[in-house]
Amino acid sequence: MKKKTKIICSIIAGLVIAAFIFYVGEEVSSSSMLRTVLQLGTIYALVAVSMNLLNGFTGLFSLGQAGFMAIGAYTYAVLTIPVDKKANVYYLYGITDSLANVELPLWLGIIAGGLLAALLAAIVGAPVLRLKSDYFAIATLGFSEIVRILVGSSPFNRITNGSLGLNNIPGNPSYYTPFIVTAICIGIIVLLLTSSYGRAFKAIREDEIAAEAMGIKLSTHKQMSFIISSFFTGISGALLAMYLGAITSTTFPIMLTYNILLIIVIGGMGSVTGSIIAAFLVTAAKEWWLRFLDQPMMIGDFQVPLLRTGFRMVVFSIILMLVVLFWRRGIMGQKEFSWDGLIHFFKRIKNRLWGNSTKKGGALNG
Amino acid sequence: MTTTAFLQYCLAGISIGGIYALIAIGYTMVYGILRLINFAHGDIFMMAAYFMIFAMVDFMIPWYISAGIVIISTILLGVLIEKFAYSPLRSSPRMSIMISAIGVSFLLQNLATYLFSALPKQYPSIPILNKTLTFGEVSTSVVTFITPIITIGALILLMLIIKKTKIGMAMRAVSKDFETAKLMGIEINTVISVTFIIGCFLAALGSMLYFTPRPSVFPLAGSLPGLKCFVAAVFGGIGSIPGAVLGGFLIGISETFIKAAGYSEFSDVFTFVLLIVVLMFRPTGLFGETLAEKV
Repeated sequence: MKKKTKIICSIIAGLVIAAFIFYVGEEVSSSSMLRTVLQLGTIYALVAVSMNLLNGFTGLFSLGQAGFMAIGAYTYAVLTIPVDKKANVYYLYGITDSLANVELPLWLGIIAGGLLAALLAAIVGAPVLRLKSDYFAIATLGFSEIVRILVGSSPFNRITNGSLGLNNIPGNPSYYTPFIVTAICIGIIVLLLTSSYGRAFKAIREDEIAAEAMGIKLSTHKQMSFIISSFFTGISGALLAMYLGAITSTTFPIMLTYNILLIIVIGGMGSVTGSIIAAFLVTAAKEWWLRFLDQPMMIGDFQVPLLRTGFRMVVFSIILMLVVLFWRRGIMGQKEFSWDGLIHFFKRIKNRLWGNSTKKGGALNG
Repeated sequence: MTTTAFLQYCLAGISIGGIYALIAIGYTMVYGILRLINFAHGDIFMMAAYFMIFAMVDFMIPWYISAGIVIISTILLGVLIEKFAYSPLRSSPRMSIMISAIGVSFLLQNLATYLFSALPKQYPSIPILNKTLTFGEVSTSVVTFITPIITIGALILLMLIIKKTKIGMAMRAVSKDFETAKLMGIEINTVISVTFIIGCFLAALGSMLYFTPRPSVFPLAGSLPGLKCFVAAVFGGIGSIPGAVLGGFLIGISETFIKAAGYSEFSDVFTFVLLIVVLMFRPTGLFGETLAEKV
């Protein structure tokens, strides 16, 4: 395909996606599952891409995403809850005086969430990044638990409302907010990845020692990747708080990190488009398509066995295990989406369906 | 703090520390052999508790036979997990096996929620473990008292197995150098199976001791103790069995005293802060091997 055709194709595809989102936003009823999946999917897409920046592109196996999301979500919530509703939210412990009259505009709250997450990443990063692979994973996991326990603990009662959590968090000003924020953030990440810094990250992933020998400063680049990833994770946490409207410290368990990890594994470690596709697929499967497995089903007088509450998650986790075991490269592997790749993919399917079988001389042999 | 109260806390701390140590051995052995953080180990521990409920409450089997059933079924679960989830990935990068372990942990938690519902279930009372012992002014239940004894016994037995038997020698060889051990004709799969058998046996034992004084079991009950035991293993230097036992006791005792001082909501924070601090100053734990930089 020529470059010009590719650009035209990309523009058309982008317009189609935008039109689809616009159609869903305007025409589909607000209780529809499709809307929920699209909104939640974009938020997960943003965390997945920022986790992939760290785990898939830089090769630093971090398990601290839930903690950074919690920081983003709490910062956003604390700074943007309307002043007149604060008395209601903090009815038990009261609120610290310095925050009592704070009510930032939403976009500033989102950015503040990202910045605080990035700041903490900078503080934790310096010592933790010295650790090697497994130990780094454990330390970040520990960090995420520390954050989760601290935001729900009594000394922070007057800021985070302790174990009661926060509610009355201002929601999306419009249906399109998460899409726009996510699109901008992922755009910035993609620009970063295609720059010389992105290439340096990939070099570190492939071989640390060789990368160092080529003149890449390991500590600076690792630190940079960690901070940037945390910044966008914090923003996605703020978006999640915006979407949910109420958060407690139990909204951000380690399970959340595992969920996102499994999304990037299904999408392919080291592929931005893979993560985005997988985020929507996984959210749709979990929240929507597999929903029927949770309800008992009758066919005539015959009750279909196994279907009851919780079966959806069992099936979902078995699918995940199968992906991890037998299809390790995930949807995209380390590749990105490209039109040539798509054409190649269709050609391969065509060959498998028609091409090869005619060569063998029988339609049933293929 | 009075002497009686102090002794009481010491005993409680040593007891919980012993349980952490038993589970931490499971983590450390698997890491020593496979270089894998077995994230599913805490959930195996939780499943063992459900097996006990099944045997004693649903099938009314007396506790001594139930204990045997629990140990055997837990071992079976562990070995099956190894065969299906870890052994197909033996030649792939370590990150894949770690992700597979996370997947197994996810699966076990969801399976437990589906099979036994998310509501907490009461753990059956084992009569012999619930008796109260009194030493002067300090009174305690049998389970608190015998846990550290069982732990030390298990540690000595394990060290003997590793030092004296043929399979122990094979385990030491495999943990030194996986590839070379394979070339020397050691049956890698047997060694790994034995590792999982020992780890799951200790997890089953630990689960009985852990849940007896506690009211209930729920599907996520294994996740936090699992993480803490894992921290204990890292703390002592992952791969070293005496290190894991020491780490378990240290975490158990410090946690009990923090709770006693009235900061119970920070006991878990303390555990993880300790982890990060230890890793900063001794990146491979107290008794950990020093990693040579390979070029």
